[in-house]
Amino acid sequence: MLLTTRHSAFRQAQCYLRLSRTFNRQQQSAFARLLSSLAVLEQREGKLQSASLSAVTAAQKLGGSITGFVAGSRVRSVAEEAAKVRGLEKIIMVENGAYDKALPENYAPLLAENIKKGGFTHVFAGHSAFGKNLMPRVSALLDVQQISDITVIEGEDTFVRPIYAGNAILTVQSSDKIKMITIRGTAFTAAEAEGGSAEITEGVDPKVEIKTEWLSEDLAKSDRPDLATASKVVSGGRGLKSKEEFDRIIPPLADALGAAIGASRAAVDSGFADNSLQVGQTGKNVAPQLYLCAGISGAIQHLAGMKDSKVIAAINKDADAPIFHVADVGLVGNLFDKVPELTIKLKQ
Amino acid sequence: MPTPLKILVPVKRVIDYAVKPRVNKARTAVETAGVKHSMNPFDELSIEAAVRMRERKNPPVDDILALSAGPAKCVDVLRTAMAMGADRSIHVEIPDAGQGQAELEPLGVAKLLAKVVAEEGPNLVILGKQSIDDDSNQTGQMLAGLLGWGQATQASKIEFDDGDRVSVTREVDGGVETVRFPLPGIITTDLRLNEPRYASLPNIMKAKKKKLEKKTLSDYGVDEGRRLKTVRVEEPPPRKGGGKVEDVDGMIAKLKELGAI
Repeated sequence: MLLTTRHSAFRQAQCYLRLSRTFNRQQQSAFARLLSSLAVLEQREGKLQSASLSAVTAAQKLGGSITGFVAGSRVRSVAEEAAKVRGLEKIIMVENGAYDKALPENYAPLLAENIKKGGFTHVFAGHSAFGKNLMPRVSALLDVQQISDITVIEGEDTFVRPIYAGNAILTVQSSDKIKMITIRGTAFTAAEAEGGSAEITEGVDPKVEIKTEWLSEDLAKSDRPDLATASKVVSGGRGLKSKEEFDRIIPPLADALGAAIGASRAAVDSGFADNSLQVGQTGKNVAPQLYLCAGISGAIQHLAGMKDSKVIAAINKDADAPIFHVADVGLVGNLFDKVPELTIKLKQ
Repeated sequence: MPTPLKILVPVKRVIDYAVKPRVNKARTAVETAGVKHSMNPFDELSIEAAVRMRERKNPPVDDILALSAGPAKCVDVLRTAMAMGADRSIHVEIPDAGQGQAELEPLGVAKLLAKVVAEEGPNLVILGKQSIDDDSNQTGQMLAGLLGWGQATQASKIEFDDGDRVSVTREVDGGVETVRFPLPGIITTDLRLNEPRYASLPNIMKAKKKKLEKKTLSDYGVDEGRRLKTVRVEEPPPRKGGGKVEDVDGMIAKLKELGAI
């Protein structure tokens, strides 16, 4: 007990010191009170979704104590897995099959109740399909203006997020008592899945009856790395001309690099690639080590989803394509010649 | 006989999607003066979805009400909505909106819409999944929360059955999922839902005769207090467009040099 108290006091002091270096004096006073974050963790079929561990990382950047939240049927094993995540002090677990598909109609009141009961100052979730669907509903129930898709935490109430498809960067200060936040996964790497030893507790379950039914899902199956978190992404656009050509040209290059496959909106709309592979303002945001694209012109909406990539390489036959304004390596040429050549040479 | 639909479609006037936004000199907002504005692309999909429901007639559609909250020029997007097929519209005028600060936040919009729902009695609200200026992706979900209605976000397919239930296929990470709920409910539209029609000239002329009501926030008892204060708005750090290479060997060499492979 004493040890725990000392430990948390130390952590508090540590976080205060760390934060005080970056925050101005006015903001410092706000740290007099204890910060307490809830990281909403996503689980699917009894498996912790590692992408949601970015929420833990964001909470760590803020400082203060961090609690994880999981709900679903047979969720104890997920809770045990989450308890090992470095940085988490406590896991709130709600075991009820009604939450398996994370339908916001009952998941939102569940989360709202647990947030109120736990007295959290900050709630973090990924800006994933799960977080996007759920968190605003929770925010409305708590009468809070959510802050979406943040990339930087400047202080306990000040956050940075891209607006206008990433063409402007907005810094906002929230006056809400609870800060409801979704985070851009590529801006906060997932917390380490080992090294923690959080205590598992049971949360409150309001058991709200709902009329929404989950009917089915159709998820693209792939052995490739997940697009949103892959370190390399190979992406194709309208220039591929057809689904057959897309399938002939792009996957071998992705295989050669061990990369995930992405696509532009034009390629998805034309049926060359699945919707879930769309990179851009309204698709996925990616920030891999290498983003290699072929046949993509580089519209504003596409750039929004990939311009934080470490290295951008582009192959396009149009030397004036906007993609070359952001590409670190540009090759002007016919992708039907250049990509297969690149694939062969990379394999060597 | 299924219950007729009364559909509310909120629409937002935003900087046209093809325009590259510029941050103003004072770093307080994006420059909007003299910049081309249009209806938020996702809201066009919402109007189109509502009009297609009317065309399918099953269930019948009694009313398609378009609503926009913002400065005087929002009337333009409402006229577009009516030219596409909305029956009537409400403009909630917020005189100073568009200057960054006075614009309603998603929570404020959701509260306004909840009041409009109480007054107008729609049983379906179709919203865009996000506005392309603020990129929040919140309003539909917040409204559903405030009303306690079923919600289906990022819809790519909408189907009604005979028992007043709607099945919606949603775009999610890695694929799609389908949920079903009885009306009333909230749907937010994703890109793949439909292809919005162009308003024809005769329909644009007809839209001028359709009813457009003027309202204010105080008519609905909604205050415009903001929870988020803009600290600053900045241009993103520019990327240095690197040089071009001559051939594939050059590309491989450069990628190795940059440590990307």
